[in-house]
Amino acid sequence: MKAYLTRRYLFSASHRLHRNGMPEEWNRETYGKCNNPHGHGHNYHLEVTVSGPVDPRTGMVCNLVDLDGFVQREIVERFGLQNLNTLPEFASDVPTTENLCVAIYEILRRGFRKAHLERVRMEETMMNSFAYAGGAEIRE
Amino acid sequence: MVYLTRKAEFAASHYYHNPEFTPEENRAIFGKCNNPNGHGHNYTLEVTVKGKVDPKSGFVVDLKKLKDVMNREVLDAMDHRFLNKEVPEFLTQIPTTENLAIAIWQRLAPRLNAAQLHRVRVYETPDLFVDFYGEA
Repeated sequence: MKAYLTRRYLFSASHRLHRNGMPEEWNRETYGKCNNPHGHGHNYHLEVTVSGPVDPRTGMVCNLVDLDGFVQREIVERFGLQNLNTLPEFASDVPTTENLCVAIYEILRRGFRKAHLERVRMEETMMNSFAYAGGAEIRE
Repeated sequence: MVYLTRKAEFAASHYYHNPEFTPEENRAIFGKCNNPNGHGHNYTLEVTVKGKVDPKSGFVVDLKKLKDVMNREVLDAMDHRFLNKEVPEFLTQIPTTENLAIAIWQRLAPRLNAAQLHRVRVYETPDLFVDFYGEA
């Protein structure tokens, strides 16, 4: 029996949306308030969905201790309470939540081995959210 | 095809334990959830059905009937119960959120005549939920 397990996490970080090498005017027009040179922050809600057969011995897709430990170590500690623009992931990419979502998906895809990674979803505010499944369609 | 989702809440207690494991293995794998006295959650259940909209009624499914089936098959059996001791599925399976979603699917699927069951989602807490789509 294949089930999908979703866990929500919270971290806060600051960013500024700015494309280096493009004119100031283009940046202001494209990013509006988000282009403020001093940056601004969000409380990001992260949802990680993993899937797999339910192990009949444990009743689990994967042990939450493993998933929580990985996300805490590799994602929350890396991005939480940081200025995203200063991190290597965003040395050349603008730290939009689209790009953050893809970066987090890639960290999980490369490093988390205990279950199949299905999807990463991020809420930047209560009003907007982003989801990425490695390019696959997402089933609701 | 239109998808309709109905929510319900129930409160229940459970603990995680596999009699084939040693006490040490049970504690190592299940941690605090292994406490045999149990602990509880306020579960939120979301049942999604899909189907064509009936041109006469404008419904995918009669919500009253869906609600009745959910009440009878799930809430009457699980609300304010100790899942390990009072729900037949969990006399032999561990009442994890995964197994709960599967058990609820198996209870509902044969009893929804008009609409097709699409997804069962069970929230154990607001930060943890499981989806089951009836996949083998």
